[in-house]
Amino acid sequence: MSDRITSRAELDALKQQELVRLAAVEQRITVCNGTGCRACGGVEVKDALIEEIEKRGLSDRVEVMPTGCQGYCQRAPLVVVEPAGIFYHGVAPEDAPRIVSTTIERGELVEDLLLEDPVTEERIPHHDDIRFYTGQQRIVFALNGKIDPTSIGDYIAHDGYQALAKALLEMTPDGIVDEILRAGLRGRGGAGFLTGRKWKFTRDAAGEVKYVICNADEGDPGAFMDRSLIEATPHAVLEGMLIAARAISACEAYIYVRAEYPLAVEHIRKAIDDATDFGLVGEGVFGTDFSIDVHVMEGAGAFVCGEETALLQSIEGKRGMPRPRPPFPAQSGLWGHPTNINNVETYANVPSIILRGAKWYAGIGTKTSKGTKIFSLTGKVANNGLVEVPMGTTLRHIVYDVGGGMRDGRAFKAAQLGGPSGGCLPAELLDVPIDYESLGEHGAIMGSGGVIVLDDTACMVSVARYFLDFTARESCGKCLPCRVGIPTMRDILIRITEGEGELEDLDRLRELAKLVKSSALCGLGQTAPNPVLSTLRYFEDEYRAHIEDGVCPSGVCEALAPPYAIDPDACKGCGRCAAACRAGAAQGTPGDPPYMIDQVLCIRCGACFDVCPFGAVTRGAGS
Amino acid sequence: MPDRLPDELRSEIERHAGHPESLIHVLRRVQETVGYISPGSEAFVADRLGVSISRVHGVVTFYHLFYTTPRGKHTVRLCQGTACHVGGAERILTALKARLGIAPGETTDDLAVTLETVACLGTCALSPVMVVDDAYHGLLTPDEAVAIVDQVLEEAG
Repeated sequence: MSDRITSRAELDALKQQELVRLAAVEQRITVCNGTGCRACGGVEVKDALIEEIEKRGLSDRVEVMPTGCQGYCQRAPLVVVEPAGIFYHGVAPEDAPRIVSTTIERGELVEDLLLEDPVTEERIPHHDDIRFYTGQQRIVFALNGKIDPTSIGDYIAHDGYQALAKALLEMTPDGIVDEILRAGLRGRGGAGFLTGRKWKFTRDAAGEVKYVICNADEGDPGAFMDRSLIEATPHAVLEGMLIAARAISACEAYIYVRAEYPLAVEHIRKAIDDATDFGLVGEGVFGTDFSIDVHVMEGAGAFVCGEETALLQSIEGKRGMPRPRPPFPAQSGLWGHPTNINNVETYANVPSIILRGAKWYAGIGTKTSKGTKIFSLTGKVANNGLVEVPMGTTLRHIVYDVGGGMRDGRAFKAAQLGGPSGGCLPAELLDVPIDYESLGEHGAIMGSGGVIVLDDTACMVSVARYFLDFTARESCGKCLPCRVGIPTMRDILIRITEGEGELEDLDRLRELAKLVKSSALCGLGQTAPNPVLSTLRYFEDEYRAHIEDGVCPSGVCEALAPPYAIDPDACKGCGRCAAACRAGAAQGTPGDPPYMIDQVLCIRCGACFDVCPFGAVTRGAGS
Repeated sequence: MPDRLPDELRSEIERHAGHPESLIHVLRRVQETVGYISPGSEAFVADRLGVSISRVHGVVTFYHLFYTTPRGKHTVRLCQGTACHVGGAERILTALKARLGIAPGETTDDLAVTLETVACLGTCALSPVMVVDDAYHGLLTPDEAVAIVDQVLEEAG
């Protein structure tokens, strides 16, 4: 317990000591060890680099640091050599000797590991010059990639727990609530309720026992910023929770983490243990009367537990079924006591607001939506990964500047925002500034920030069917509108994608959507019709093509697949279509164009269309 | 049957005696140790934590992570998240079902492999993604996915 910090002076002294430790090495190789990079061999790369450094006797001058998710998952595994900031991507363990001998020892670049700018085709040596990063404003993600997530010392060196010290020693609980309120921070989990107001409700609620809960049950398919935040900067999330606990006078806190995130669980547990050893969690933090216990609760796999009243049931060891509100958790939450529940990203915003002030924070973003938002950018965009931009940024900036544009030069069709509760924005809305209000206006929601980019190969009816299938399976079954209404809508969508739809189905879908939205018990049910409504709003012609013409224009729905043909003028006779064809329908002689498609044998799978490098395979009624 | 639970697990459950709020945690431990939750295990847990068997069974059947039948030696979990869906996860699922001869949620007769689908693994940048035991495999094609499963089956003998 000699590490225990009992005063501001001790925290500052420790910070200095840690800064000296970090400055003691001449060069530092950071290796992204988030889940994405691990999936691509990031741990093996880290081990190979450590081995190489040791082998060459450089251990006293060079450090290899595993970091949390650096966000550019498309290019995994990522390696950055500091202080020069040289960025290598797609690194394999076999590259370790080259990196160490060339870059560490001789200060030169390993050319083929550098990122190539897709436009200029120039190699970009430096992390800070890469468009994926320069187009972002990283506040919540500021430390991702700069610290070892399992080291409390690294966090303290970068001003970690300074905000907690300020909140405990210089501010009153009411003052903290006021600061968060003035900053204009809104919940990052979906609905966008003002965080300060939520805290105030819980603070003002009657009762001696109060709880703080972090909702890390990130269940929206397509969103993974919460996982990355806990993996990369677990102490920042914890510090935000501790400040919230002080503000509402809670003495116990829970972090409810999704079962599918084992690394996040490991890192947050380690963070709590270390913070406890340092006296930042426990009795009398910083010598004040503030005491807090923090627990981790692992979920057991149920999407609906991301809904706050269901999450409370789950922590109590029950089936995670939502209940009607009011009473809100702020009045009657965990075991009937006032409880403040926020999402991971919301808490991660708190320390910088306390340290840098509400005024600074409120200067970022739009009139109604302050600060930055992290989006998980995935789908058919060139750069997949995590993107932090100020509220009010346009979709075009996210997709084309940060995201590097569409993959394989295909056309942007829509972006799906907000997961199963959200909607699709078509190309004509690319220039709308994204904030809570504008998204709602256009039929999508901020949700947790998943952005899935769809190109012209996506079938919008099938996308709607996919989401309804998801919510139908995840419905807890408590209320009828959700239990029966959603599967009924899904069945209509299945009918349409299988070629058995009728025009009346469109009105039926709209009517059912209205019913479910207005009568379901919880947020899951109330928002479940959104994917159908938004695709109907912007892509009704695609629904009609399925029903009236019997064709799925993008060729996704097998029963309605359009015919394929080969344009004799464009065919070069390479034979790739014949090699890809499972049915033996694409026929011809290599080098002797054109190839032909036998319409009797063709199963309309589209394999030839996908492989043709010359765009000679055509799809659709005209073929 | 209750007496089949290993002693270590029994004493761990004992520590939660009289604490119904520990139910999910305790069931996770049973699941991890034994591989599934039998009626006997449910009865034992209900008795020790002081709740009804029906409540335990209700929780077991509510959450995806709990299984009431034995599991395969290896688990293949194929992501069906949005990014994986638009990236062709359905075709991978078709290929895996054909290779293993089982549907999602089922286990091969020789208890070698359990096939599962999961709503989202949160590694969307690598879609389509499959996790075999604890190893992630990303950017998959149907052929690659089958090859990975073949290798697992070969190693399993």
